[in-house]
Amino acid sequence: MATELIKEEVLPRLLEWQISTVVKVRQETSSVKTFTLALPHWTPHKAGQHYDVRLTAPDGYQAQRSYSIGSNPEQRGVVDLTVERLEEGEVSTYLHDILIVGDQVELRGPIGGYFVWEANQGGPLLLVAGGSGIVPLMAMIRHRKATGSTVPARLLYSSRKYEDIIYREELDHLHKENTGLEVFHTLTRGQPEGWPGYSRRIDLKMLEEVAKPFRDNLKAYICGPTALVEGVADGLVRLGIPASQVRTERFGPTGGS
Amino acid sequence: MRGTFLSRGFIGKHRQDGPPDRVPPGQYVTDDFPVLSAGPTPRTPLERWSFEINGLVRQPVRWSWAEFLRLPSQRYTVDIHCVTKWSKLNTVWEGISIDTLLESVEIDPNAHYVLAFCDGGYTTNIPLMEIVDGKAFIGYQYDGAPLAPEHGGPARLVVPALYFWKSAKWMRGLTLMEDDRSGFWESLGYNNHGDPWKEERYYGDRTD
Repeated sequence: MATELIKEEVLPRLLEWQISTVVKVRQETSSVKTFTLALPHWTPHKAGQHYDVRLTAPDGYQAQRSYSIGSNPEQRGVVDLTVERLEEGEVSTYLHDILIVGDQVELRGPIGGYFVWEANQGGPLLLVAGGSGIVPLMAMIRHRKATGSTVPARLLYSSRKYEDIIYREELDHLHKENTGLEVFHTLTRGQPEGWPGYSRRIDLKMLEEVAKPFRDNLKAYICGPTALVEGVADGLVRLGIPASQVRTERFGPTGGS
Repeated sequence: MRGTFLSRGFIGKHRQDGPPDRVPPGQYVTDDFPVLSAGPTPRTPLERWSFEINGLVRQPVRWSWAEFLRLPSQRYTVDIHCVTKWSKLNTVWEGISIDTLLESVEIDPNAHYVLAFCDGGYTTNIPLMEIVDGKAFIGYQYDGAPLAPEHGGPARLVVPALYFWKSAKWMRGLTLMEDDRSGFWESLGYNNHGDPWKEERYYGDRTD
């Protein structure tokens, strides 16, 4: 086992395409589904990594996209890819509208070696997500729980509305378990009555409040739309966090050049 | 495996996005300019910015921002291809050819590779032959305006023939080397070379 791990560290594995089978589909929100895929050649991933999905049409036309893994590597043999349906999307619309349990999906991975967290990297962990940017961070949260890690962790999660919060029940449950993970939500486009969380876009004051107990030595992982990631990463640097302790993953349209 | 597996019910609705001779396999065309970086955007004041060529050269050379801008520049219109699958056609830049920069140094004949180094600690490696003869430039204007920090401003490397992670943001210089040395993404599972037409995305990918 030890030799195997060392081998993986030193010599990256060739990433061969493989054909997975959909074993479960879960509707997370009105526009987000989780696909649990069984892989013939499953290898343990690091929380934060992604898989590439490739679709092939009868005439040979292909389309590829990357999707973050939501599951933790302790869940063996399968991966959960949580995918937001983008109206203009070519691959996400196929996955949402066509794919059912029993279907096959071609993919390869796991991919990515920087936006990853393993329990032995320690913390404290500051996780900041916008929308479906929660997915790779959820893999870290689940990995933390599965390994019994006591690393203090705080998640600041920005969603549009209450119904748009992905993994909401699981996050509520984890927060209440009191294992050192604290979840802070902010809702930017409307809140239910008596909403106890934040009600605005993430700003410096909010970041400062959430990051305060961890000052300076925290490890930050930020994932979401570009504007959110840029703002949060800049904010953390302004709060005195060394840039080398801030890792980012960005996605989605920029809304400009 | 290509061609043997079919995705049930997949037809593909974006295939007319771009001319096939301009869009490499597995890519889709976007009008957007997505931002992908591994960490916070560095913001080095221009008065502290410099560009250096060092390594296997007879005498290293360094330009301040003001000196750099006085070098002859060109307008470039190029297609760019990101390993995360988006391609953007006809991007317009103002920049300085790598050939122009290398005219200021005497290159050791043993130099075969360059390592681009940047603010924020990012690096990427490229064969020297693939950034000369008009194949690469340091861009400091995009679409007629100063290059925005999140896109690599004040100046980024642009190597259109390779995946865009080779076009390092926040450039501060080039080190000429005899032997190849992996840069940041190249040592984290991404391909050492990165030719989009051969789909050299990840470690070991090759089609030849």
